[in-house]
Amino acid sequence: MASTVYNPNTKGWKEWLDHRLPVFTFMDHELNKYPTPKNLNYWWNFGSLAGITLVIMIMTGLFLAMHYTSSTTLAFNSVERIMRDVNGGWLIRYVHANGASMFFMVVYIHIFRGLYFGSYKPPREVLWALGVVIFLLMMATAFMGYVLPWGQMSFWGATVITNLFSAIPVIGDTIVTWLWGGFSVDNPTLTRFFALHFLMPFLIVGVVILHIVALHRFGSNNPLGIDIKEKKDTIPFHPYYTIKDMYGLGVFLCIWAAFVFYAPNYLGHPDNYTPANPMVTPAHIVPEWYFLPFYAILRAVDFNIPLGFYTIEAKLGGVIAMFGSILVLFALPWLDKHPVRSARFRPYYKWIYWTWIIAFVTLGQTGALLPDQPFYFIFFGHEVSFGIKTITVAQISTFWYFFVFLGVMPILSKIEPVKALPYSISNPVLTAKEGK
Amino acid sequence: MATKKTSSSHPAADAPKDPTKRDFLAMASGAVAVAGAAGAAWPLLDSLRPAADVLALSTTEVDLSKIPVGQSLTVMWRGKPVFVKHRTEEEIAAAKDVNISQLPDPETDDVRVKKPEWLVTVGVCTHLGCVPTGQGMTDNKGEFNGWFCPCHGSAYDTSGRIRKGPAPKNLVVPPYAFLNDTTIKIG
Ligand code: HEM
Ligand code: FES
Repeated sequence: MASTVYNPNTKGWKEWLDHRLPVFTFMDHELNKYPTPKNLNYWWNFGSLAGITLVIMIMTGLFLAMHYTSSTTLAFNSVERIMRDVNGGWLIRYVHANGASMFFMVVYIHIFRGLYFGSYKPPREVLWALGVVIFLLMMATAFMGYVLPWGQMSFWGATVITNLFSAIPVIGDTIVTWLWGGFSVDNPTLTRFFALHFLMPFLIVGVVILHIVALHRFGSNNPLGIDIKEKKDTIPFHPYYTIKDMYGLGVFLCIWAAFVFYAPNYLGHPDNYTPANPMVTPAHIVPEWYFLPFYAILRAVDFNIPLGFYTIEAKLGGVIAMFGSILVLFALPWLDKHPVRSARFRPYYKWIYWTWIIAFVTLGQTGALLPDQPFYFIFFGHEVSFGIKTITVAQISTFWYFFVFLGVMPILSKIEPVKALPYSISNPVLTAKEGK
Repeated sequence: MATKKTSSSHPAADAPKDPTKRDFLAMASGAVAVAGAAGAAWPLLDSLRPAADVLALSTTEVDLSKIPVGQSLTVMWRGKPVFVKHRTEEEIAAAKDVNISQLPDPETDDVRVKKPEWLVTVGVCTHLGCVPTGQGMTDNKGEFNGWFCPCHGSAYDTSGRIRKGPAPKNLVVPPYAFLNDTTIKIG
């Protein structure tokens, strides 16, 4: 940390305070002096967007909590009251509800950016792992938040997801009863989900701080994926990237506002405006769009897996695959050992990356369909179908999702040629084998 | 660990005569701290288990005389639906006429009922807990004419046994007793 010279006679309150609590030194160090690669493109906006979204979610959530009641008899109506009677309540709720979708959209892009430009590679493994932790916490938070309005989708989503734990051999049922605090999803479940939904975003704030500490250790990666060589390669974060981040924020808030004001329920599900009914399951339960790819992986395992000494039942297999699909991200820095970071300079990975993205998006679409119906998707207003069953498409995509990480990446680490890389960010002359 | 000789002049920083003793003390106090933390966490985690009032939830009595042959009633027990089905001769025959070694969760129809015309099961799919359809006369009863789970497509037969789809187990038969010919008590 840059040192302030001790001067007991300093006049301004800033110096006085900074000497006792070095906030201004800290901000100067992290914003003015923090060297940032000068070639960051717009894909580097999404980290700050995620941070700002998190703050907006905490703010709107806090005010919703002042009007919400977490009791099975009152929850649904308290949300309706927020929508109809509380001054501006509809606005706060729609900002929060659509905010969850915006948050996931931003974080998915943020993760895909990291995948493309190799931001998970040394020395940023811990930074990446903290990101995956944030992602897991976000999923838990969003899941519990969706239960709170106590509509049909809330109830049945909660039932299906908590039941996943019953797949654990021997102790599964005990765990589920413990999670519920009863014999079904009921009042004890709702109250604890509310408490946890309130708490978890603050845990996310904690991990985000660690994430940024880890980021500032080595600084941002960049589209070329090469290290900073000379001072010319960098510019101070402030004002150059603060202004760029603010511009991105403006665009992002326009999109968010368009949903809030013109299509507030487009991303939601109409069944959740029906109060929860433990006796009737809706004909077609689907999770929120941001969980669909993982839901599809869960359902893709519809067969038992015989291991010889033990047979993994389909139900457990699905759960393992679903959690595994996220946990595998932790191992990425060790699965992909190719010395070049950016896919721009990786002739094979560049293409593999897009096949993985297609598999992921396809999984999302299969998650929205019934397993036995023919798979289709809408392309420019046309329904495209190949007459293949949805479950089959989901199985193929699940295979590819995992195979890229567990099979293709380790192989590419060995066989993909290391092409010439630019000498430096400000001197983009190709020099052979300048990996790092 | 604390076995390195340091250059500090402070006597406490000198290497102990028996380094394993110091390691042992560090490990023992660490273990006590972990045990203490676990002990403190236990009452918190334990408070999440079903509370006394939840456990005390009453039993449910069902009047069977109101259910005509071929129909089925849904009652609530412990916050869950229970299916009470008055089976027809054909349904009973279909339930018995099965090679049980072919079933995912082999059980004869006999062990699942107290009286063949009455099938009582918890109406919760053993996959992930949805309520299967098949109670209403016009409901989709699935390929095996019992119940069909809309969530991920599990099909149950007229004995409530799993026949197809991702659910691993048959519909659970709750504890119940005939109080007389036309009344059962569930729970
Ligand atoms: C609440 C969610 C998150 C917040 C607030 C957040 C915040 C940030 C910020 C402000 C940056 C620096 C700006 C940038 O490079 O875009 C950053 C970088 C980064 N984040 Fe996140 N992040 C979040 C989630 C994630 C997740 C889920 C992952 C990965 C699974 C991740 C992986 C990374 C990586 C690898 C970097 C370094 C990128 C680079 O320099 O190329 N982050 N994050
Ligand atoms: S919950 Fe019934 S099939 Fe999944």
